[in-house]
Amino acid sequence: MDWGQILVSGILAMVGPITAGYALSAIGLNLQFGYSGLLNFGHVAFMLVGAYGVGITVQAGGPLWLGIAVGVGAAALLGLLLGIPTLRLRADYFAITSIAVAEVIRLVVRSSSAAPVTGGVFGIQRFANDFYALNPFSATTLYGSGPLVITGRTLWLMVVGWALVLLAILFVRRLINSPWGRVLKAIREDEDATSSLGKHVFAYKLQALMIGGAIAGLAGILFALDQQNIHPDNYQTAITFQLYVMVILGGAGTIWGPLLGGALFSFIFFSTDALFARLQANVDWIGQLLTPAEAGLIKYILVGVVLMLLMAFRPQGLLGRSGEGRVGDS
Amino acid sequence: MAVIPSEPPDGLRLAKAARAASPTSLALRVLLSAIAVLAVLALPLAALAAGETIGGTLSYRVDGARVPVEGVTITVSQDGSAIGTAISDAEGRWEVALPGPGNYQVVLDATTLPEGVTLTDPDLVELPSVSVLGGQRRTVIFPLGEGTTAGVTTYARLGALLVAGLKLGATIALAAVGLSLIYGVTRLVNFAHAELVTLGAVIAVYFQASDGLGWPLVLAAVPAIILVALFGGFQGRYLWRPLRRRGTSVLSLMVVSIGLSFALRSIIQLIFGGLPVAYRDYVAQPAVLVGGIPMVPKHLATIAVSIVVLFLVAQFLRRSRIGTAMRAVADDRDLAESSGIDVERVIQVTWVLAAGLAALGGIFFGLNESVTYDMGLRILLALFAAVVLGGLGTAYGVMLGGFVVGITVEMSTLWLPSELKFSAGLVILIVMLLFRPQGLLGARERIG
Repeated sequence: MDWGQILVSGILAMVGPITAGYALSAIGLNLQFGYSGLLNFGHVAFMLVGAYGVGITVQAGGPLWLGIAVGVGAAALLGLLLGIPTLRLRADYFAITSIAVAEVIRLVVRSSSAAPVTGGVFGIQRFANDFYALNPFSATTLYGSGPLVITGRTLWLMVVGWALVLLAILFVRRLINSPWGRVLKAIREDEDATSSLGKHVFAYKLQALMIGGAIAGLAGILFALDQQNIHPDNYQTAITFQLYVMVILGGAGTIWGPLLGGALFSFIFFSTDALFARLQANVDWIGQLLTPAEAGLIKYILVGVVLMLLMAFRPQGLLGRSGEGRVGDS
Repeated sequence: MAVIPSEPPDGLRLAKAARAASPTSLALRVLLSAIAVLAVLALPLAALAAGETIGGTLSYRVDGARVPVEGVTITVSQDGSAIGTAISDAEGRWEVALPGPGNYQVVLDATTLPEGVTLTDPDLVELPSVSVLGGQRRTVIFPLGEGTTAGVTTYARLGALLVAGLKLGATIALAAVGLSLIYGVTRLVNFAHAELVTLGAVIAVYFQASDGLGWPLVLAAVPAIILVALFGGFQGRYLWRPLRRRGTSVLSLMVVSIGLSFALRSIIQLIFGGLPVAYRDYVAQPAVLVGGIPMVPKHLATIAVSIVVLFLVAQFLRRSRIGTAMRAVADDRDLAESSGIDVERVIQVTWVLAAGLAALGGIFFGLNESVTYDMGLRILLALFAAVVLGGLGTAYGVMLGGFVVGITVEMSTLWLPSELKFSAGLVILIVMLLFRPQGLLGARERIG
């Protein structure tokens, strides 16, 4: 067994554009879950809406920048529509509705009746040429050294992705340190007390949901640009749970938590995947026990178990102090 | 499967690049492992290029001459969601493009057959599992002949939908009552309840499989329900009680439950596999006409058994000592505890009861549709709609809610494509939250 190769897959994944997209989406979730205490179990729907906003706009003949604006706007609008019926009620009603909405949106987009617009199960391709036309690097040249090499195409995605992550972090930090952010944290700690101070709790929660959703929409767009393919099954509920692991691992309600959690998660997730793929191929009894597809499932089992253990034993994550960021404790 | 974005050309370029950079076998293997990881993710793209299709030619013979049949609608679907629809052309040809190799269902809409033409075997209106290989243009045949089709009247169609709705509603009610009872006594919305539904159906598969124990389904259901009930009691005792004791907040508990749901679903997929399985008994039961309405015996049995079980549960809650204690704990835990009720024991019994009912609901769902590793997730939305409709924490309201949701979902197929019928549950959910969040039978209270 060559541990070097497993390490390499982990490192390449950790610095890659995929992790940037995950971290960006986690920053949005952190604003909702970590700072406002909103239990959004349908976060992936915001990413889907962002991606399809781009795909549909470009397919209809619009320019890419308009598509990105439409995607981000549509994700914020989803937050508004989802928030209005649910955010006045107890937290569990929002959790229930968010997971239901995410699943229904995916099914609608996937259905054959929506196919003329969304491409149905075939999805949307060839919408990002404008983005790659802006690439200042040579798409086919290799950058890096040794086994750690990436193409200019990936490098361009990485630069854009990580720049967006940094901007989003600075933006959220600015928000959280403003009076607006202090009210948000107060709502998380004690909604009734904040309400009795004359703050319009519902409006603050709705705004947090919409802003977090817009950031997730941008993350969805980044995913779509990377793949050059928007497919409904890429936006399954599993993504939401992975994002929760990232946010809680790094520290819910901390500025740099989603970035740290996202990078760590990607490294562990992809190196575990590589590890099991190799175990399956090289170790006889494991190879007989599991097919390659089954070995790929093990990482998902681990995601679920890690999420449970983290929430039970270290809900403040790596960066959080115990006492702060323990969402919903009262 | 969740897919982490990637794209194959990059992986290939990466491969060539690494080989050039260091011509050792190590670099090659790094590459191959990278490609292996990426290949899975790139499947939709690769499949698209191959261009699998399902198609055929519709015709029938009159005195040895082939007469093409035009204008017939054929729908291809996979796991209950439609892939595409084709209408046969003047030569009777039709074709539907597929996203990739796999198993598909092909259904001919008999109402679109021209007058005087009918299927020679009415059962062949649906081909439940047509397997398509990579790159294959698969041809399927619907044998047609001259004859008269009995037109489906609106009355019969509405009646059939009502029966289907009652059947689905009974299943939902069985599974949702437990979800609501658990919420009542512990204030936990257990997202992993869906996996109890799946587990019941899946365990029954092993007891009735011909390469398993080969029991009749009626018998196989018993150990399945008992095992899942025990599992419910186990998680109540060894997972949820310790967490409650530690003072973990309800919001954190919900995150734990969603983690549990995801882990259990992946484990079930690992062991049971990703393909749908049907029970050996009662497959393709022919419908009998009752008062002009086609009814399938197993649907009627589902409805009857469910109503009896729900009635027994209601009696249990109303009359038995532990049942009344359950309602007392749900009403006011502290008051119940101070009046001498052993709250932990009540919670324990609730877990066992809830899990057992979910398992029975799962078996019925598997009997009438098919058993899949994610069936719980598919029905979860309907469960939530039923619970919110009836009022979180109530029992009788949720039973009623289950039937309302079931009937609404089936009736919605009059307007909605059937792949989207469960979205009707979402509409109910949102309308209830906007106008009556305490539920149909719930008392007016502040829940904001």
